[in-house]
Amino acid sequence: MSTSTGYGGRFALVSQRLPKHGIVGLAGTSFKHQHLPAILADDAPGGFFEVHAENYMGAGGAPHAALARIREDFPVSLHGVCMSIGGPQPLDQTHLARFKDLIERYEPALVSEHLAWSTHETTFYNDLLPLPYTEATAARVADHIDEVQETIGRRLLLENPSTYVTFRESTMNETAFIRELVRRTGCGLLLDVNNVFVSATNQGYSALDYLGDFPLKHVGEIHLAGHAEQQDDEGELLLIDSHNGPVADAVWKLYELVIARTGPIPTLIEWDSAIPDWPVLKREATAAQRILDRHAQVTSREKFRASA
Amino acid sequence: MQAPSRIPTAPVGAAGSYVARFVPPLLDPEQQTPALVSGPNGKAAVKRFNVYRNNVTVSLIEALAATFPATERITGETFFRAMARFHVRETPPTSPLLFEYGRDFPDFIARYEYGQSMPWLADVARIERAWLDAYHAADRPALTPDALAAVPPNRLGDAVFEAHPATRIVRSDYPAVTIFAVNRASGPVDRIETLAPESALITRPELEVAVRNLTPGADILLVRLLSGVPLATAATEAASQYPSLDLAAVIATALEAGAFSAIHYGG
Repeated sequence: MSTSTGYGGRFALVSQRLPKHGIVGLAGTSFKHQHLPAILADDAPGGFFEVHAENYMGAGGAPHAALARIREDFPVSLHGVCMSIGGPQPLDQTHLARFKDLIERYEPALVSEHLAWSTHETTFYNDLLPLPYTEATAARVADHIDEVQETIGRRLLLENPSTYVTFRESTMNETAFIRELVRRTGCGLLLDVNNVFVSATNQGYSALDYLGDFPLKHVGEIHLAGHAEQQDDEGELLLIDSHNGPVADAVWKLYELVIARTGPIPTLIEWDSAIPDWPVLKREATAAQRILDRHAQVTSREKFRASA
Repeated sequence: MQAPSRIPTAPVGAAGSYVARFVPPLLDPEQQTPALVSGPNGKAAVKRFNVYRNNVTVSLIEALAATFPATERITGETFFRAMARFHVRETPPTSPLLFEYGRDFPDFIARYEYGQSMPWLADVARIERAWLDAYHAADRPALTPDALAAVPPNRLGDAVFEAHPATRIVRSDYPAVTIFAVNRASGPVDRIETLAPESALITRPELEVAVRNLTPGADILLVRLLSGVPLATAATEAASQYPSLDLAAVIATALEAGAFSAIHYGG
């Protein structure tokens, strides 16, 4: 089986307009405008910031001013939410053009989107909706990923979803589906460890098995977030990907297992509602950074021994 | 590339039909959980599918609440969310940019059965919608007040003003600007004594959106100027309805607000 070298080799990013900030080995947080003064006043604000692309698709004003200010001092990750890559209909060309424009304007260190859909015909549902995992949907989604990567001229990181239902028509599991997409498109992956934990709980499989089968060498970014607890029709635990609180202990444990295996990967704390003050959000990122640093040292020590 | 399905009940097994079968219940509580999904090992999926219904409806209600905070403060949260839920189901967004959503909401409010005792509410919502448009409008330097002094006096009548991208005017038969202002501020809302019609001038010369209450007649002059009518023509029209209108003061207010981005004269 051939392995793609990915888009990093095929498209050299030409940029010299904005400062280059390395993102390797860093932990970051979602960027919320209300935190901007606190971030700028912080002596050691830390790693990188991620924004939802759609929030910066207006023509001008305060959102762009805030993002431009952050981009001066930090690496930025651009996270698309609404491309509807997982849907059957052709991608919205206007939206794709806006996405490309944002990438040219801000030269983000990372660019990602979701394995999900949100638009049907002309209605936008504002949620990350699930899809069946079949040969036919893999082919369609791969075409969409190809189209995005060709348009933006760089590698896209595709995020694994949180799911609450399963499709009767699915013929492969999620990891096999994702491996197939990587094979066909050379895309990278955004591994959301909270989504793995949420989906594994909701679908009754082992998160460890999922991670064992996940193509970790293609992961270019990790997401960590909080979740909420509900019950399904049988009264059993149903987890909701709510992004409204701290990262759960079980998710931290899974995260550390992943990093122990892969070495440091840029890691983002997502917190999108009931947003806390900056120090609380920063504390979560600091916890992730500690894990990254620990395994960076281990990884380099092992490399040294191996070469000695 | 296959064209998107236009038939909601596409044949089972057709590529992409999962979407057409998934969406009908999302915004329609009368419709049952689609048969194409289940829980693991054939478990029921009613509550599981309801997570998606809830995500869609609640996130769109919250998008409207974020765009229309004064409207929500006036009605109270329960009333607002019920009203917004009707609107979300009737008119879901057609753009993935949520800051574009809610353009039809003021008209919906105007005909909303339970809102008829608040006839000003739709106009407050129109000001809030215009506020958000101004917030996201293109950046452009505003014409400064001294720009008018550079126009030769004999060419002033021909002067045509170019609207700044953020500038909006909302005219109301009610004191909607006063009601908007007190309900967007964080302080307590006193009894509003005025009954007079008001018009809002919404501008954003730099990053902060500003909303001004225009004097009667000023709205007529500025609406005409913003549509590209020369100053003399717009002034004549406004003065014919409001003979005492202080034209110079209106222009000064508009310039100070940053309503224009350029001035052209002499053809």
